Amino acid sequence: MNQVDARGYSCPEPVLMTKNALKSGTPLVVLVDNMTPVQNITRFASNAGYKVSHKAVGDDFEITIDK
Amino acid sequence: MASKLKQHGLIIGAGLIVGLIAAILSWQGNPANMGFCIACFLRDIAGAVGLHRAAVVQYIRPEIIGLVLGAMGMAFFGKEFQVRGGSSPVSRFVLGFCVMVGALMFLGCPLRMVLRIGGGDLNAVLGLAGFAAGIFVGTLFLKMGFSLKKSTPQPMVEGFLMPAITVGLLALLVAAPAFIFFSEEAPGSLRAPIALALAAGLIVGALAQKTRLCMVGGIRDAIMFQDFHLLLGFVAIGVAALAGNLVLGNPVSFSFDGQPVAYNDGLWNMLGMVLVGFGSVLLGGCPLRQLILAGSGNSDSSVAVLGMVTGAAFCHNFGLASSGKGPTANGQIAVIIGLVVVAAIGAANLNKKK
Repeated sequence: MNQVDARGYSCPEPVLMTKNALKSGTPLVVLVDNMTPVQNITRFASNAGYKVSHKAVGDDFEITIDK
Repeated sequence: MASKLKQHGLIIGAGLIVGLIAAILSWQGNPANMGFCIACFLRDIAGAVGLHRAAVVQYIRPEIIGLVLGAMGMAFFGKEFQVRGGSSPVSRFVLGFCVMVGALMFLGCPLRMVLRIGGGDLNAVLGLAGFAAGIFVGTLFLKMGFSLKKSTPQPMVEGFLMPAITVGLLALLVAAPAFIFFSEEAPGSLRAPIALALAAGLIVGALAQKTRLCMVGGIRDAIMFQDFHLLLGFVAIGVAALAGNLVLGNPVSFSFDGQPVAYNDGLWNMLGMVLVGFGSVLLGGCPLRQLILAGSGNSDSSVAVLGMVTGAAFCHNFGLASSGKGPTANGQIAVIIGLVVVAAIGAANLNKKK
């Protein structure tokens, strides 16, 4: 599965990494470590017409993006 | 429509409240169109503790203290207080320094730029044009892979020091010992009552933490992702400031001349804000956002804030800061150098494609 580890990066980098990774297709899983990129990536991907969900994994968040 | 309102309602509401509070602060004693100005207020604090000796801009602005502590409170409330750092701290210090050089050329941070527009200051519209241009250049660097690299979890004390410093400043403000400098002339002498200014900072700090309000982020996201979410907050601030000024009877006149704490040299108003926009994009957020993150445990942003404070001190020690009379030759040279430095930091941090 397509996966991006954006933990430690601050916005807009996680969104850019997501945008680039989406070019190689869905489903895509993005790992981030705080709520700001969760919100930004969710907004970006849903604006682009994807289905987005996230869940907490320990101290991090796992965002799943699919068609 | 309902879902749009749900998505954007909070940021618009926050923007409206920030603009209104800014108008109230000016009405209650702050300089005109300066309800909030992160650059000016950090500069005033630098002066109050004697880092520069420009007698007219020295005061411990309670708004700054409130912003940091309000953000910290909201971050704890939302379980978002995370102590992180170690992402190119010295680069961030220098970028913060350069952003301040640009802001004191223009006479305001991006937030004050919006408030100036809300007060009818057309010079700030030129500033906005420069600001957007600087952000655009910054986004080109981001698209080429610019990164200040990862932050990592840090010891708790790293996240608490900046809030602790602001508490110390509050103690100095209230105790007002003789070694702290407080301006007796405008604009440093123009100040809203301490309790009001502190409360205003706390409210805005909490709102900005919750909503991620950011002047730079608004234009950046619009350019890079056609995402206008943060920009709505930016627009709301200007609208509410204008409405608030009109209702409260603050002076509003749409013109270039005679604007408070401003000058009408269009080129340097623009170039100052080009530097602010460019530097802030590389930092990941405007001066307000840096303060908010500094209150949320982000030690990288704390370093950027310290860079801004140091930059402010340099600006007044070496005659780089503009005044109502206009820009200085030293300041013009400093802005050009600042642009070169920011571009160099940008170029040095371009990642090869992974």
